[in-house]
Amino acid sequence: MQYHSPASFAEASQLAAAATGTTRFLAGGTDVLVQLRADIVTPDTLIDIKKIPGTRDITRNADGSWTLGVAVSGAEMGEHAALVADWPGVVEAMNLVGSTQVQGRATLTGNLCNGSPAADSVPAMVAAGVTATVTGPNGERKVPVGSIPTGPGRTSLAKGEVVSALHIPARGEHAGDAYLRFIPRSEMDIAVVGCAVNLRLDGDTISEARVSLGAVAPTVLLVEDAAAAIVGSTLDDAALDRLAAAASAACKPINDKRGTIEFRTQVAGVLARRVARIAYARAKGEIIKGHHG
Amino acid sequence: MSKIHVSTTVNGDAVEYLCDPRETLLDCLRDKLSLTGAKEGCGTGDCGACSVTLDGRLVCSCLVLGVEAEGKEIGTVEGIADGDVLHPLQQKFIDYAALQCGICTPGILVAAKALLEQNPDPTEEEVRFWLAGNLCRCTGYDKIIRAVMDTARDMREAV
Ligand SMILES: Cc1cc2nc3c(=O)[nH]c(=O)nc-3n(C[C@H](O)[C@H](O)[C@H](O)COP(=O)(O)OP(=O)(O)OC[C@H]3O[C@@H](n4cnc5c(N)ncnc54)[C@H](O)[C@@H]3O)c2cc1C
Ligand code: FES
Ligand code: FES
Repeated sequence: MQYHSPASFAEASQLAAAATGTTRFLAGGTDVLVQLRADIVTPDTLIDIKKIPGTRDITRNADGSWTLGVAVSGAEMGEHAALVADWPGVVEAMNLVGSTQVQGRATLTGNLCNGSPAADSVPAMVAAGVTATVTGPNGERKVPVGSIPTGPGRTSLAKGEVVSALHIPARGEHAGDAYLRFIPRSEMDIAVVGCAVNLRLDGDTISEARVSLGAVAPTVLLVEDAAAAIVGSTLDDAALDRLAAAASAACKPINDKRGTIEFRTQVAGVLARRVARIAYARAKGEIIKGHHG
Repeated sequence: MSKIHVSTTVNGDAVEYLCDPRETLLDCLRDKLSLTGAKEGCGTGDCGACSVTLDGRLVCSCLVLGVEAEGKEIGTVEGIADGDVLHPLQQKFIDYAALQCGICTPGILVAAKALLEQNPDPTEEEVRFWLAGNLCRCTGYDKIIRAVMDTARDMREAV
């Protein structure tokens, strides 16, 4: 295994483009090292992106949007009060990943590019409308994060492409987001279902919404029917019923030891209701702490 | 396989080692620096027996490569006591018999110390969540949690 620590994304991309065999990028290493040690994936080339300047920065841009370096850890996000205030759902989703020790290293970008259908931060990023800058041999492109995972362990990134930054939109007024997952234990487990909701209010009425589900299909889902079910409503009981039905209808889950198809399908609806209520309350200005808040 | 030269700081001391890029920081601490306090329970980030601090941040040393330690500050259980004087957490763990086989203990001490530095007055729930990545097969956790809570109180009263 060749270990590289390039000083720029252009160099990282060149190294990856020129590499033969299996290549991995090293962010927090909480997936890469587990796979290495379990002999699941032993990279021929490992490219550590953490020495590239700016990869640990959390920046609020002049227009209110956010740029996150690809080596920012979950713990650093949770300690950033202004980011938590703007995007509590994105932060609470990332903060659910692993233990305190895992939080010290794990990143949003690693969670995204590992390609697990159950990755906790990914539904929250999709609901928030997060985009990624991808640096490749032919320069940069910007894509919605939802287009990166294409199936378990697979991504749309081409050879030589590396994610070089994440962009969270400006929060704007009267808006809130939230994420919840179901796991059989209270900590240290993989989502059986994850659900994120991001919405905006006009008075008491929902004017915009995005609803995303994780762990119920080979990739994260953006469920437009579920968003349509609550837009124009005040999140009354009828709207919540429509939301739950639309969330359950979108599920194409697997049966495994942690949840049957029936269970996952039902829990998706239950979580969607709960998450929408939290996002709505946050959009109203209530401070609702995350699980680890 | 060519080895990489690493210069780092462990418990305040400058150290150097040569390592294969596949070796973990845990391997390097134990096998090259003879710091055997950090234990390998699982090697996959689940048990916390290998907990150390990396630039002040609690991590699993089994999930850090030895080469990543270049230029960093590492803290291990060997650096917790002040010479022959035990850290209050260490003393309290003895007083409470908060260990049996002791495999989990170095990791729990490093993790608990990191918690109290960040939050000197944690609730029981906060202590339990903070230590959720530190597994103990022997004690049933109760004595560990009480030892941490009691140390936090003593340390608050001492200042
Ligand atoms: C004990 C434990 C508990 C866990 N619990 C959870 C959990 O509850 N929920 C959950 O979702 N996950 C969990 N995980 C998995 C893991 O921690 C997360 O997926 C984490 O976010 C990965 O981030 P990382 O920075 O460590 O990624 P790394 O391991 O560094 O990288 C992961 C993948 O992303 C690729 N990659 C990294 N950076 C880039 C980049 N800039 N451009 C392109 N590709 C890149 C790598 O090549 C690799 O394939 C857990 C892991 C452990 C060990
Ligand atoms: S040995 Fe590192 S977490 Fe178990
Ligand atoms: S004392 Fe034996 S594992 Fe904790």
